[in-house]
Amino acid sequence: MLSYFFRRLILVLPVAFGVSVICFMLVQIAPGDPLTAIMPIDATAEEQAAMRAAYGLDKPLPVQYAIWVGNLVQGDMGKSIATGRPVAQEVFGAVQNSLLLAASAAVIAFPIGIFLGFLAGYFRDTLLDRAVTALSITGVSVPNYWLGIVLVIIFSVNLGWLPSMGAGPGGSQSWAWDWLHIRHLILPAVTLAVVPIGIVARTVRALAGDILTQDFVQALYAKGMSRGDVLRHVARNAAATALSVMGLQLGYLLGGSILIETVFNWPGSGFLLSNAIFQRDLPLLQGTILILALFFVAMNLIVDVAQAAIDPRIKRT
Amino acid sequence: MLRLKAGIAALAVAATMASAAMAQGTLRIGMTAADIPLTTGQTDQGGEGMRFMGYTVYDSLIEWDLTSADKPSVLIPGLATEWSVDPEDNTKWTFKLREGVTFHDGAPFTAEDVVWNLDKILDESAEQYDPRQSAQGKSRIPAVASYTAVDDYTLEIVTKEPDATLPYQMTWILMSSKANWEAMDKDWEKVAGSPSGTGPWKLETFVPRERAELVPFDAYWDETRVPQLDKMVLIPLPEPNARSAALLSGQVDWIEAPAPDTIPAMEGNGFVISSNAYPHNWTWHLSRLEGSPWNDIRVRKAANLAIDREGMAPLLGGLMVPAKGFLPPSSQWFGEPSFDISYDLDAAKALMEEAGYGPDNHLAVKALISPSGSGQMLPLPMNEYVQQSLAEIWIDVEFSVVEWNQMINLWRAGAADPSVDGAMSVNFTYFLQDPFTGLIRHLDCNLIAPNGTNWGHYCDDEMQALFSEIKNTFDPEAQDAVMRKTHEKYVDDALFLMVTHDVAPRAMAPKVKGFVQAQNWYQNFSSITIEE
Repeated sequence: MLSYFFRRLILVLPVAFGVSVICFMLVQIAPGDPLTAIMPIDATAEEQAAMRAAYGLDKPLPVQYAIWVGNLVQGDMGKSIATGRPVAQEVFGAVQNSLLLAASAAVIAFPIGIFLGFLAGYFRDTLLDRAVTALSITGVSVPNYWLGIVLVIIFSVNLGWLPSMGAGPGGSQSWAWDWLHIRHLILPAVTLAVVPIGIVARTVRALAGDILTQDFVQALYAKGMSRGDVLRHVARNAAATALSVMGLQLGYLLGGSILIETVFNWPGSGFLLSNAIFQRDLPLLQGTILILALFFVAMNLIVDVAQAAIDPRIKRT
Repeated sequence: MLRLKAGIAALAVAATMASAAMAQGTLRIGMTAADIPLTTGQTDQGGEGMRFMGYTVYDSLIEWDLTSADKPSVLIPGLATEWSVDPEDNTKWTFKLREGVTFHDGAPFTAEDVVWNLDKILDESAEQYDPRQSAQGKSRIPAVASYTAVDDYTLEIVTKEPDATLPYQMTWILMSSKANWEAMDKDWEKVAGSPSGTGPWKLETFVPRERAELVPFDAYWDETRVPQLDKMVLIPLPEPNARSAALLSGQVDWIEAPAPDTIPAMEGNGFVISSNAYPHNWTWHLSRLEGSPWNDIRVRKAANLAIDREGMAPLLGGLMVPAKGFLPPSSQWFGEPSFDISYDLDAAKALMEEAGYGPDNHLAVKALISPSGSGQMLPLPMNEYVQQSLAEIWIDVEFSVVEWNQMINLWRAGAADPSVDGAMSVNFTYFLQDPFTGLIRHLDCNLIAPNGTNWGHYCDDEMQALFSEIKNTFDPEAQDAVMRKTHEKYVDDALFLMVTHDVAPRAMAPKVKGFVQAQNWYQNFSSITIEE
């Protein structure tokens, strides 16, 4: 098991390198100028050139990349051009907030998705199955940006039950697990959970439905095993694939919440990324994308290892 | 004696009660900015930065009068009580500084502090030089050549050439505390978390990207501007729907720039919409390069006459001032132009026909526009409206749509730059508050892009002479007269496609009282109270 883990870990290194090249190059392709955010529109060409040189943006791209990677391996992600604050401080603070949101959404989405999926798979081709399928397709199809706005209108504006924005009184730095703060988390977490509920439910439904038709299930029944015990076997067989889907979903929840974080003004990595894009804040953009991509890679690694732990067949491949 | 003591005690109690009554509530403001503006002195985030983190925490030597909603703002003494230019040498200015002013950290304000602050943004060899503040401040004071503290309360500034617009330039430069910078290990990043200015508000709490909390500075030098509130909280809320929802759900008490389509709902729920004319402009800058059809004054005038500006008002919820010139009609520099900018389709068509165009000979032009952007109002529908209006007079407009950040670069690059891809106009909005930003920078021959923001490469001897006269007229009233004359030429020559002016709408809860919206990009928050 340990050798499998190290083998997978070594494979992460070229992936991480590829990610660093891609995220550096991608942000350079977009038209625009990071200096726009920090200089008045009347700044003369001379002043702009001086500022470009001060930030090292006048150097050839390969040199800029080499400097960036060189600093990165020493743990220095540079400073945000727009704010002057260290990128690491900005990104890790925001990722923490996004993790809180993503984990909350996962806590809502995964149990509901698994339960609904299993129910639909077990009672395949019944009214219940069709209802769950309709629900999950709706969940996947509804634009969560729109859903977020609708929830805000209902629960914040009309009913006044829950706040519409922010991470609580005092901001995310003073986050606490009390009602004053948790109530700020509910609407964005629920909105964010809708898509993974649909995806997990559909995956589990397909898996459970498929496994239930396999010969070994009939063999288990033939052996006189109770329905509950058979279902446990079905669940174990479905677990590896379901786990990989949920792992990927967690990655999406963390990195793909730009719109949700914008609607709810949630100070996470999506919100940070969206502002960095509009300001062409290259160091911040590169740092945020890199951390999110590495999180994806790490999630994949964890899922691979967990799958191998659950299903011994995977270890042998 | 006993009676005297009792009297003093009663007075003391009354004073305490009065002071308690002065501080009234917390005002929470949803800004359009995505981050808290730079807190160290020279702010970023454009006009909003200066409005909320500039003239709140800091002061400049010369400031804007923000007390009236009914007349355009004019310059007033700030940290300088008076200023004058040497009649013998028009490059030499003397500023008399206000005595008895202290920074929030208790350090006294003197002429040495002004020198230290100017070095902070102009002298790269100075220990306190801050590239971030320099990026914001240096281009605002192009006239300044040198400066000296003559004594504690007298400052001398020498300009590169005679420049009567220096007082306007000095409104941009905000004074941070040297003592505080030293106390923060001479580290501007530390200062950002705990800055010190001389302004009416002190920064108490700063959470980057999330909130800034300002509290009154009780020892502020201008008693009329000591804040009435207990606290003012600034929250970045860049998404318009999120901003509106935050106000409607009671999470903030005030939002900047509500989306026009949400205003009826807000008013229906008792929220107050405040707006006023201010020096803002929504125009098309026109290319004046050789071969541009906009070189023909008949085409320019026709285009200006083809737009029904009143008809555009419903699109913006009525929150606009139809253009009658380049500057808003309420500006002190509007003057009396002879060309009446109005909707006259027949006159427009006649001018186009005179210029050689007609139903069978359309004029094709390419225009740069952005889908959004700071101060751009609703650029897509507004530009489509203009496009349809111009089509009525046989001008076919093809749009080149670029994202706002890139638009700023194309604006700086100018009409001749290959990056604009042959566009003959650009829709851009901006600040028009002083002689330089209002008039000079757009058409000065020396500021043709990329040297400055004369996007269209216009250059005209008569206009250049007027700009020179503005810079050499040191009597403010006479200078205003030259400004008016210059603006009249702007309009009479139809040098831009002049469409509308924003009115800086802001929505607030009915409990917010005492706000007077000045005709200015900046506002005074000291008079505001919260009535629970």
